Amino acid sequence: MVTATQVVDKEDYKYGFHDPEQYTFKIERGLNADIIRRISEHKKEPEWMTEIRLKAYEVFTQKKMPNWGGDLSKIDFQNIIYYVKPSEKAESDWENVPESIKNTFEKLGIPEAERKFLGGVGAQYDSETVYHNLREDLTKKGVIFTDMDTAVKEHPEIVKKYFGTIIPMEDNKFVALNTATWSGGSFVYIPKNVHVDIPLQAYFRINTKNMGQFERTLIIAEEGASVHYVEGCTAPTYSSDSLHAAVVEVIALPRSKIRYTTIQNWSNNVYNLVTKRAYAYEDATVEWIDGNLGSKLTMKYPSVYLVGKNAKADILSVAFAGKGQHQDAGAKVVHLAPNTTSTIVSKSISKGGGRASYRGLLKIAKGATNSKSNVRCDALLLDEESRSDTYPYIEIDEDTATMGHEATVGKVGEEQIFYLMSRGLTEEEALTMIILGFIEPFSKELPMEYAIELNKLIKLEMEGSVG
Amino acid sequence: MQETLEIKDLHVSVEGKKILNGLNLTIHKGKIHAIMGPNGAGKSTVAMTIMGHPKYKIEKGEIFYKGKNIVELEANERATLGLFLAFQYPFEIQGVNFSHFLWVASKSHPTIKFNNVIEFKKALKENLVKLGLDEAFADRAVNVGFSGGEKKRVEVLQMMMLKPEIAIMDETDSGLDIDSLKIVASAVNSLRSSEFGALVITHYQRLLNYLKPDVIHIMVNGRIVKEGGWELVEELEKDGYANFIENKTESNRGET
Repeated sequence: MVTATQVVDKEDYKYGFHDPEQYTFKIERGLNADIIRRISEHKKEPEWMTEIRLKAYEVFTQKKMPNWGGDLSKIDFQNIIYYVKPSEKAESDWENVPESIKNTFEKLGIPEAERKFLGGVGAQYDSETVYHNLREDLTKKGVIFTDMDTAVKEHPEIVKKYFGTIIPMEDNKFVALNTATWSGGSFVYIPKNVHVDIPLQAYFRINTKNMGQFERTLIIAEEGASVHYVEGCTAPTYSSDSLHAAVVEVIALPRSKIRYTTIQNWSNNVYNLVTKRAYAYEDATVEWIDGNLGSKLTMKYPSVYLVGKNAKADILSVAFAGKGQHQDAGAKVVHLAPNTTSTIVSKSISKGGGRASYRGLLKIAKGATNSKSNVRCDALLLDEESRSDTYPYIEIDEDTATMGHEATVGKVGEEQIFYLMSRGLTEEEALTMIILGFIEPFSKELPMEYAIELNKLIKLEMEGSVG
Repeated sequence: MQETLEIKDLHVSVEGKKILNGLNLTIHKGKIHAIMGPNGAGKSTVAMTIMGHPKYKIEKGEIFYKGKNIVELEANERATLGLFLAFQYPFEIQGVNFSHFLWVASKSHPTIKFNNVIEFKKALKENLVKLGLDEAFADRAVNVGFSGGEKKRVEVLQMMMLKPEIAIMDETDSGLDIDSLKIVASAVNSLRSSEFGALVITHYQRLLNYLKPDVIHIMVNGRIVKEGGWELVEELEKDGYANFIENKTESNRGET
């Protein structure tokens, strides 16, 4: 047993607690082909997955670091622990989850949330899923909601068909790294015409210091199916950096609808570098609802490729950049078929010298006739030191397409604050209320429990900021 | 003796421009006061300064309320002491639910005690009806998309909910049609008691006809030049401000 000793005090990050590191297996620091082979071996994976990992490792070693976005120069790949296994297996009975891990998730309110409003829950602790459960009626309808490792063993035909097809390992250095070292993540499969009426939720928690969490998520909705998948992420506050490099592939087959909601609230020493992409086929809809708080640097641009006619994409995102944080977030939509529509709404708040960048790509390819897109980015700066940038890349190769783009940068008005204060609110309450109002188009799309949680997190961020 | 809000020799400038020049004014709880005056006299400045807008710089003078000089207090501290300002131009707050905002505001007032949010919503609904406003206003964003007249009525609604001891109403009548004006006036009249005082700022006699204020103050060039009863309103109606502007000039001469 190893106990991490160095914990940084940061009273305003409520998930900053950590447990003593208790694990059943942990690989040594650093990365090479042998380590990858041993991770795969330890997981008792089929040979084809080991092959994919080793090939991806080769790609990783050859790929250059991205030279845009945020500062990645401080990431030391050889100082990261790539695999930490906290318990023997994923439990479907909460009572069997090891006590210390159970306590963590109970502090985070997970089992309670499941009882109240979820159709299924997965909880990942460091590299492995420790708990997974799906409502019985959904299991009977053929819905699969499990962790990715189990899916490789139990549903290899589906995994082989889709894994790495939406986001190939060559896409970027962090995708290659994830493909080589992935562990955990969710696997969701919704059979034809099945509607999952309440959300499925996964929760990701990094506990080990200097740990790399590389979950891999794959969501497939067959024709006419629908699902809402929700995930939340936290990590304790250590004095040294952790890396979260997830890959999420989403496949919305004809007439299906997938909504993917994330609220990420990392401690401010996590590099959060996530690649998320969806394919939407004919008449399908994909919605990304993406909220980013915390982390040292986040680079994340949920994407939708509209590959079938009448397909639709909605991307709604919020980024809150506090002191010492850089949120480089945005959205990408590629229109490849006729009559496709997309809406992107991005809201960012920068405070205490934080930096929020919107980076977006909108492409309407030739032949995507009568496609429509609307992009709106609003930035709110809370002080003079904070920063907001917008990098909208737009490529339209189709004459019949229509596109609207609007960007605003604003400061909270003295007049609005005075108005609220004249009714009895303190300056901090007034400012927080204005900020929550600013992100309301986002929070109203969240499940109620998440909206309440997001409001709480923002209130915490704002505490003591006026004075 | 009734509580007063007492302004003594107040000098105020806004963005370097002097607006109030030694204003003296006493507002009594339990009475309705009205300030009348020509454009640019500084009437709104009085309102903003009493409420503590940071842009309005007090160069000299005092504002006494409940036994202390309140000029250093923040706007919210003044609000919770029992002061209220119905704004001439209420601000829009995107995405903030009106009833949520008012619920939070009411909780900051030690004197307002709703046992729960249901009681609060019931009171809100009753007051919406009194002001001829649709119940749907409760769940709209604060002032967003409200017409000019609706904004003014929603100001009065907030006043009714927050139960101030002294309310300043800054041109609440402007932009109101005759029916809305009657509704607003009867709402204000319904608040009249020994526990409620108001300072009504207006250009017109119309609202005053309904409110019948106890004290009329005439304001010109940043100070009160005359105080009296209803007869002043009639005098103004007949002769306009010309007489008072002359008075002002004379008094200025007297000073120098």
